[in-house]
Amino acid sequence: MAELAEHIVKSFEQELTRLRALMTDMGGLVERQVALACDAVLARNAEAAVQAVESDPKVDALEREAEQFVIRLLALRQPMAQDLRHIVAALKITGELERIGDYAKNVAKRSLVLDQFAIPSPLSGIAHMSRLVQENLKAVIDALGENDADKAIQVWRSDEAIDDIYNALFREFVTYMMEDPRNITPCTHLLFIAKNLERIGDHATNIAEMVYYAVKGEPIPDDRPKGTSPAYAVVPPSE
Amino acid sequence: MSQTMNETEQPPAMATMQARSAETLGAARISIRGVDFFYGSNKALKGIDLDLPERQVTGMIGPSGCGKSTLLRVLNRMFDLYPGQRAVGQVLMDGVNILDPGIDLNQLRSRVGMVFQKPTPFPMTIYENIAFGVKLHERLSKSQMDERVEWSLTRAALWDESKDRLNTSAMGLSGGQQQRLCIARTIAVRPEVILLDEPTSALDPISTLKIEELIDELKEDFTIAIVTHNMQQAARCADQVAFFYLGELVEVGTATQMFTAPREKRTQEYITGRFG
Amino acid sequence: MSTTMGPAGRMPASGPTRDRRVADMLSRRRKWFDRVVQALCIAATVIGLVLLASILFTLLWRGVGALGLHVFTRSTLPPGSHGGLLNAIVGSLVQTLAGTAIGTPIGLMVGTYLSEYARNSVLGNAVRFVSDVLLSAPSILIGLFVYTILVEPFGGFSGIAGCVALAIIVVPIVVRTTEDMLRLIPTELREAAVAVGAPKWRVIVLICYRAALDGIATGILLAVARVAGETAPLLFTSLGNLNWSLSLTQPMSSLPVTIYQYAGSAFDDWVDLAWAGALLITFGVLALNIVARVMLRPRS
Repeated sequence: MAELAEHIVKSFEQELTRLRALMTDMGGLVERQVALACDAVLARNAEAAVQAVESDPKVDALEREAEQFVIRLLALRQPMAQDLRHIVAALKITGELERIGDYAKNVAKRSLVLDQFAIPSPLSGIAHMSRLVQENLKAVIDALGENDADKAIQVWRSDEAIDDIYNALFREFVTYMMEDPRNITPCTHLLFIAKNLERIGDHATNIAEMVYYAVKGEPIPDDRPKGTSPAYAVVPPSE
Repeated sequence: MSQTMNETEQPPAMATMQARSAETLGAARISIRGVDFFYGSNKALKGIDLDLPERQVTGMIGPSGCGKSTLLRVLNRMFDLYPGQRAVGQVLMDGVNILDPGIDLNQLRSRVGMVFQKPTPFPMTIYENIAFGVKLHERLSKSQMDERVEWSLTRAALWDESKDRLNTSAMGLSGGQQQRLCIARTIAVRPEVILLDEPTSALDPISTLKIEELIDELKEDFTIAIVTHNMQQAARCADQVAFFYLGELVEVGTATQMFTAPREKRTQEYITGRFG
Repeated sequence: MSTTMGPAGRMPASGPTRDRRVADMLSRRRKWFDRVVQALCIAATVIGLVLLASILFTLLWRGVGALGLHVFTRSTLPPGSHGGLLNAIVGSLVQTLAGTAIGTPIGLMVGTYLSEYARNSVLGNAVRFVSDVLLSAPSILIGLFVYTILVEPFGGFSGIAGCVALAIIVVPIVVRTTEDMLRLIPTELREAAVAVGAPKWRVIVLICYRAALDGIATGILLAVARVAGETAPLLFTSLGNLNWSLSLTQPMSSLPVTIYQYAGSAFDDWVDLAWAGALLITFGVLALNIVARVMLRPRS
């Protein structure tokens, strides 16, 4: 969008700028929320967990504001071409961000529960996964702010690594649970945490798809080489 | 309506978009090849290549003076009325170049009808307005003519409003009705192609919607080209959209593609209102 | 256009200011000037109306008294023998109608040529110029012209010469109104007719004439009204005839010429007849004008 001239109707230009600001604000907020949630799990930081949970209403409010704003723009400006794509993308992206916020909140809540249990193993797998997810989230929010389709496509590709780690963690936690029934509760929570992080990665990918579409006007060209088997199939049914 | 809703519900949005763009391209009814147009020494159209797909609506958009109306007036050789205007190149219809000097213009115009910006009812009754054009090209009995008048008025969605006043002056109709009468008059001659030059720019929004609905129905039988300044109208009516700028055809594509993801920068700027 | 202005490119709310006192002064001056002009206009209107009313009043006062059945039933007779104006009325009708009948088709065709075929051509401009000159030429010149081509060579004044002289006056009027009325027809209407495949002559005859019918008919009526009151061209052509005659090869009587002759005479009954004739012409022309106005009125 940067290479195009300004709108003849300046107020429309200002509204588009405001919409983008809303999105990046929300992106920043969610990014921090995820970071806090991860810190709460990894460093057993209850303070961070509380902050992550408490910032969720703010994210929800921003999402509602963005939704109202988009409806207003669609009704009053009847946008076309890339304006239309960006506005529709904004609607979907803020929805995705709100979901990410929900997952972060859930992770933070579980970290508080987890504090009451002995963890059977070091959390290096979760740590690795959380790093990758946060990198992806940051990258996709940067891509969003800069309308960078190339960066978006990188995020979209790198989600595969997160899925792989999640599958490995699944196997690991199931193993701990089979070793010792006392591990079942903490490991179930850890499993959900891993699942939530994986979902955050998926939503980041969705945002990447929307950014790519908004900028280029077409869906991301090739299908991601995605494993056909669902995550739970790592434990073959016969076992 | 409900059908399209169902379609969009099932597959993801992007797949629908691709499916629609693929279905739109039909065989060309008129092929414009390398057409230049001159007002005296002023070149108003530069090497236009464009196909009008059969039984589909081609919308022509662009800023004033970009040549879209000029192109329309090439297609029925209306420019021949004015000395000093000439077109070079080929406009092929059934393999015949209608720009050839030997073409019978009156016959051509019976095959390529035109509706203008302002409603232009002839100063006669509603019935006579329609019979006027038909009589030029066909010999019909009174009952056949009655039938033709009813058919064309029905087709133009004006029959119910006008059947009781066929023998009153057409000037007594409202603007929107007059414009529909002009459409009825045009289709009464049974053309193959209908050219619409900003047909709703003088009408109120409801009359405009009626004309747009009409265009949608007429494309079952006719190949239609419409020039409009109203981008939303082009989006609503057209299957194919062509963007003109400074006498050049900048971009042509399906309406969906043109209004969601135009390829050319100038098209994007025009469509989104960033022309500077 | 938008790029030249920055984001703060909107007009500031406080633009250039103006001095209230200057504005008041200018406003007072304007109102004063307005009143003066208004007073002058009213005065001019009153003068015009008074003159017109006095003419009409005199005409009615002298004319109505002189009117009687004999005016319509008897021809002009020597003074004192109770003559009427029958020959003059009939002569005027014949010459006006014949003149219009000759002049109208010619004027119509020339006007059509100018508007439809020769809009910007040299010949067209020349024809238009000549026609305009003829329109404003003194009518006595036209009388003299017809005198030299139709009266002198054929050795006598004749009704037909009068008709031709009137026709020559009719032509430029009809040319002008026809051309103007045809030019008023919007291009779109012509193009619309062409667009259904109509050849040019059909567009002109079936569409343009019909659309311009009111205007053209009005022009013809105005031409009739104009020639009905003409005296000068008839003096040198049909001369006038004190006897009953319907022969176009003989001198023919007409109302304006008879008025001209009688009004200045020394006989009271002739002067009365002149007033009666003047009243007849005036109301005849008035009636034509009213008809023309009614025809021009836009129909719903």
